[in-house]
Amino acid sequence: MLDLVLFLPLVGFLLALLVPAEKAKYFALIFSLVLFVISLGLIGPVLANPGEYSFVTNTQWISTPNIRYHIGLDGLSLWLVILTTFLTPLAVLVSWKYIGHRMKEYYAFLILLEFGVIGVFVSLDLFLYYVFWEVGLVPMYFLIGIWGHDRRIYAAVKFFLYTMVGSVLMLVAIIYLYLKSGTFDYTVILQQMASGQLKLTPEEALPLFLAFFVAFAIKVPLFPLHTWLPDAHVEAPTAGSVMLASVMLKMGTYGLVRYCLPLFPNAARQCAPWIVGLAIIGIVYGALVALVQPNMKKLVAYSSVSHLGFVVLGVFSFNQLALDGAVYQMLNHGVSTGALFMLVGMMYERRHSLEISDYGGVATQVPHLATVFLITTLASVGLPLLNNFVGELLVLQGAAMVNISWAVFAALGVILSACYMLWLYQRVFFGRTSHETAHHFEHADLQPREWIAVLPLLALMVWMGVAPMGFLTPISVADNKTLQQTKLNVEFKVAAPTPVAPSATAAPAVQVAQTATGVTNAR
Amino acid sequence: MAESQQLWLIPALPLLGFLINSTVGRKMSKQFVSFIAIASVVASFLWVAKTLNALGALEQPHVEHYFTWIASGTFSVGFDFSIDRLTSIMLLVVTGIGSLIHIYATGYMAHEGGYYRFFAYLNLFMFFMLILVLAANFLLLFVGWEGVGLCSYLLIGFYFLEKFAGDAGKKAFIVNRVGDFGFSLAMFLVFINFGSLDFGTVFGKAATLQPEHSAGMITAICLLLLVGAAGKSAQIPLYVWLPDAMAGPTPVSALIHAATMVTAGVYMVCRSSSLFNNAPIAMETVAIVGTATAFFAATMGLAQNDIKKVFAYSTVSQLGYMFLGAGVGAYSAGIFHVVTHAFFKALLFLGAGSVIMACHHEQDMRWYGGLRKKIPVTFGTLCCAWVAIAGIPPFSGYHSKDAILLAAYEHARPLFWIGALTAAMTAFYVSRAMFLTFFGEYRGPNPHADHGHGGHDDHAHGDDHAAHGHADHAHKDHGHGHGHQEIKESPAVMTIPLVILALLSLGGGFFNIPDWLEPVLGSSHAEHDPTAVAVLYATFILGIGLAYVMYVLSPGLPDKLASTFKGLHTLIYNKYFVDEVYDVTIIHPITEGSRYFLWKGVDAGLIDGAVNGAGSVSRWIGGGLRQLQGGNIRSYATWVVAGAVFVVVAMSVWGGVR
Repeated sequence: MLDLVLFLPLVGFLLALLVPAEKAKYFALIFSLVLFVISLGLIGPVLANPGEYSFVTNTQWISTPNIRYHIGLDGLSLWLVILTTFLTPLAVLVSWKYIGHRMKEYYAFLILLEFGVIGVFVSLDLFLYYVFWEVGLVPMYFLIGIWGHDRRIYAAVKFFLYTMVGSVLMLVAIIYLYLKSGTFDYTVILQQMASGQLKLTPEEALPLFLAFFVAFAIKVPLFPLHTWLPDAHVEAPTAGSVMLASVMLKMGTYGLVRYCLPLFPNAARQCAPWIVGLAIIGIVYGALVALVQPNMKKLVAYSSVSHLGFVVLGVFSFNQLALDGAVYQMLNHGVSTGALFMLVGMMYERRHSLEISDYGGVATQVPHLATVFLITTLASVGLPLLNNFVGELLVLQGAAMVNISWAVFAALGVILSACYMLWLYQRVFFGRTSHETAHHFEHADLQPREWIAVLPLLALMVWMGVAPMGFLTPISVADNKTLQQTKLNVEFKVAAPTPVAPSATAAPAVQVAQTATGVTNAR
Repeated sequence: MAESQQLWLIPALPLLGFLINSTVGRKMSKQFVSFIAIASVVASFLWVAKTLNALGALEQPHVEHYFTWIASGTFSVGFDFSIDRLTSIMLLVVTGIGSLIHIYATGYMAHEGGYYRFFAYLNLFMFFMLILVLAANFLLLFVGWEGVGLCSYLLIGFYFLEKFAGDAGKKAFIVNRVGDFGFSLAMFLVFINFGSLDFGTVFGKAATLQPEHSAGMITAICLLLLVGAAGKSAQIPLYVWLPDAMAGPTPVSALIHAATMVTAGVYMVCRSSSLFNNAPIAMETVAIVGTATAFFAATMGLAQNDIKKVFAYSTVSQLGYMFLGAGVGAYSAGIFHVVTHAFFKALLFLGAGSVIMACHHEQDMRWYGGLRKKIPVTFGTLCCAWVAIAGIPPFSGYHSKDAILLAAYEHARPLFWIGALTAAMTAFYVSRAMFLTFFGEYRGPNPHADHGHGGHDDHAHGDDHAAHGHADHAHKDHGHGHGHQEIKESPAVMTIPLVILALLSLGGGFFNIPDWLEPVLGSSHAEHDPTAVAVLYATFILGIGLAYVMYVLSPGLPDKLASTFKGLHTLIYNKYFVDEVYDVTIIHPITEGSRYFLWKGVDAGLIDGAVNGAGSVSRWIGGGLRQLQGGNIRSYATWVVAGAVFVVVAMSVWGGVR
């Protein structure tokens, strides 16, 4: 069934090229809805055993070199796949009127994007994974480059180049691993490492780790590799921004959890203090820069840099709480930032401007839009009983258990998020309307189609904030396994001073203890 | 455990009210909206009463567990409610005063736009406030804590057409976030040190701690909790949001910014008393912060002309007393003052609202005067609040304030003396407000009012005129020139709550709250030292007497004093320029630094500069892209496939070489 969910989008992509242009959006909507419904069938079996891979298909794809078609789904990837299939129909809905030319290609690319992203989340063969990683890149490149705003070419190329640089590094590392192990199969490589058959010296592991890490860090994006993101978001069409923020960025954070930690636990620990440093800088820096953006989409883009800093912080805190929080935060960010980009897109469709100064006082004209925007804003600033709070809390608590100063600095980002979001909200919705703005927003409250696009997201924000355990439990189990893997493969030299960072000597010792408690207390 | 009391109903009822009013209220009549709003809160009050009746003496906390909210690894937090004696007091105050203010508000807001929105927010506030007091762990308390902050934000910014209302709401939320920063760090440390966030577990362990091993950590936790409390309860240095919060409708000022939400910090400190008892340094800090806040806020209250501003600074000052009480270990006296203050300060604000409505949304006391005959019920009830807050025995404020100050007298004399001086100032500023409003001759209406939009003072934008939007709405309804407006008493729906609160203000001191709380918070019984008692009698006589001399006997005196001590007057009139200092030292550097250094310097200049250094490459690829765009879709697909094929082929070759 996972094969079906994976390959239907490829079929859909081809079919979309065949349907008449004016029917393309209907096709895309129905198709993506059907796929979403089918993908819901994945949930049950994975929940039954979230620590292991369900729906595994493992066959030869290419014999020389030994490349396998090996896919599977566990508690870590489950919700990311569902998030992707869930958001695609919504992305189609917000494109409904927005996209006026080359509609056939547009919807075809949107579906192809789904193919690539799902492929990334389910691949268990490194080469297969790499292929999907690239497949996801291409449609996004075109979505920005063809249907974007004025500087779309610059933004698309920047996006493409940035990501390609990382991908190439990762490809080299994958090939190196293949040469060492004789296989691309990720599970086999892990087995080899666990049994000692495959040993990486620290001199090998560090560059390999960094090659993977840089590829993922660009995608996340981690400060200072983030500057492609604001440009890409500003220029992308609404649905492009939604998919980019909600699912494509998660390809990076997912990669960190899935590959970086289990494959190179020593190197990961060695670099953790530096990476955490960058993550915290990103949290504060992204928030501060978001604060002064005159452009709504840029503001939300920089807020993403800040929010995803929490995810990276959680991943490299090496304990159950922080990692659970980080994975949960991936989903939360997908929901709330996806919703923010949708809403900003709706504002743009009315006012044809992304400049905050062109708005003001529109709450009186569009009260429903204002209310929905407010709830999304509150989710984004981490208000309790809404989704982001749960993830941020776990990340901060987990990070505090390693080093309280991490939590101190990261929590500054929580204060700042209120500053930039509420200031944005005030400038857009409060105050009195100018004639120009009023004219654009008269009788322009949410349409039924727009309600359908945002309501599921609002419902998820509340659901994931009030009753997170349904989502969190499988994540926890899968994370626990990941943490165990990082421990199995690790050769601790706790006493030996690490040459890289002075502070690294103290931190890993704590982390080991934390990891150990995390494991023993696992359900 | 005792049988379930369905505690969840207490917050759930107002939540239901919120859901109904926020979804269908827009289309419904005002009667329907008010009915839902009032019924949900009154029902909650009745459920509280029924529950407390069933639970009786509450020797042990009654805890109800509903479901596990967040769990991960060793971390597990439930949606748990608990009632002990402290909670019982807070529940009665919140739902009781809440009911009265809801009723009052149906009269006060009768002619306002956004009626359903107002009551929806108010019900939502009740929901979060009740979660806050019912919470059985720190995290759930934090839920209520942030939630009431949200409602405060929404209600302060209720007149969102006016910039100052939006500004004030945002300021409240952000300053509170600074406090929440401290609170959340305290939570992290609590979990790290106690392995739990449950009150029962944490406080149980705290009571058995060896001070020498844990003093530093507990002190850190308590100081961080104090940061949180200072944000919510408007203590130095985070008090700055509360005076601006008066931009909200007056019932909101009464409910949220006087009687309930702002006392959450005091509640939280008292709730954590077993932690604070292990942290003497933190206790001292609480006492000093409280005393300093009480004193400085009172001085600022001396020179305000806006009636709501006077009471706002008064609230800050009275909250300072409550912290002083907690800081000297007299927690139950602090909570006692929470209760009596809720009575008389809610009454002061609601009475002020009645005055403001009678004077057609004029808030500047210089345009009042002689109103006692025109609005006698309001005058009478406000007199009850007056004697209560001034500390005249045997009215409510006397009992609780003296309990605090007598405890301070035993604990630290300097704090007592500052507290006593503050008490004199309190009596003075309230008396001043009363004399200016109700005595003498009517001086209004304000000739510069310009329908409530002009400034009395050059600097007063959004400051002395906390009700611009208000005036604006109102004038649409009334439509008239000024000078011919009739001043008339408020309707019964407003005066009846006033009368009830007046009775509570007079007699509330006889509820023996300290004794009821003793098993939870320890004794706060202090010796009635004759000197101290004499001093306290002197304070209100002095304060009221001075105000009588200055504002009734020789009304020219205040202006003369103001010009004699011009520097001092300017300083307190402008609230020590604290807002301006924050602006220059914090807000300005952050925004300008972010804009010019981080964004334009680091982001666009440094990082992107380096990236665009590969500009030639970009241009080259850009050129290629333009050609691509000229082609048709099949060529894109071809490119996609070709890319993948290329990699596979390259790999095969590579693999073959191996």
